[in-house]
Amino acid sequence: MEDRNESWNGLLLDDDLAPPAANGEVVFDAPWQGRVFAMARLMSEQGHYSWDEFRAHLIAEIGQWDRSGAAADPDSDYRYYDHFLAAFLALLEEKDLLDGTKLVERYEAFAARPHGHDH
Amino acid sequence: MSEHSPQAIRAEALESLLIDQGLLSESDVDETLTLFNDRVGPLNGARVVAKAWCDPEFRAALLEDGTAAIEPFDFQGGEVQKLVVVANSADVHNVVVCTLCSCYPWALLGLPPAWYKDPAYRSRIVREPRRVLEEFGLTVPESREIRVWDSSAEVRYLVLPERPAGTGDLDEEALAALVPREAMIGVAVL
Repeated sequence: MEDRNESWNGLLLDDDLAPPAANGEVVFDAPWQGRVFAMARLMSEQGHYSWDEFRAHLIAEIGQWDRSGAAADPDSDYRYYDHFLAAFLALLEEKDLLDGTKLVERYEAFAARPHGHDH
Repeated sequence: MSEHSPQAIRAEALESLLIDQGLLSESDVDETLTLFNDRVGPLNGARVVAKAWCDPEFRAALLEDGTAAIEPFDFQGGEVQKLVVVANSADVHNVVVCTLCSCYPWALLGLPPAWYKDPAYRSRIVREPRRVLEEFGLTVPESREIRVWDSSAEVRYLVLPERPAGTGDLDEEALAALVPREAMIGVAVL
């Protein structure tokens, strides 16, 4: 899937230890992760919240996982960007920048679309 | 992963709502992504390391106040408001972690690799650094102290690796091309 399977042992592969020839590299496992990161960063830069406020939410989300039984299970799936998205949503609601009900409605509308609509 | 996964649809619904509310535009999001994809990454950190190897005054300034020293580079990406650069030596090997989440000096290294964010790295590198580094393929001599730096709310760390032997005739650009991201986190050496 994503984060967890890419253990640091993978670093022993030549590709991963290659010196940086340029900036930029694939840092997201799926495009949505990049969009969520960019949205969170952008809205912080626009002054809707400080990055420290975002970080506090991220630490809370990750901390919950770290303290759960999942953390002790080596086969459990740690998905960083799931926590990142949850932190972002919680912060937006806290700041009254997002109506959770509207998000659910839009999610359901988008999920009901036939596949391939945007290709 | 399919972009029809629930998380992908949730992210898309969120972006569309925020756009409707006038808080974002699609092009703003595209632009931020392009910045992080194309212009923010470990080559910036590598250039700083190479300059520190070549210029003793810069090295001293970098170790004294990392944020001020890198200002002339005008790197974008942020997360270096309080940059602390720690130098490896014959006596000390430095390694960086963020135990609570994923704090990382974006302007110098880009966004962190998956393993840096993984719960196993975050917890184990503090408890048993020597062993974890060995799993990375790095054996630190017993005589060398390992210092683990935990990124806190404000401070971001960059490891200044030792310059490899036999590179006396290389210029900064050639030296920068030798420095892997992992060496600047401290899980590898050159």
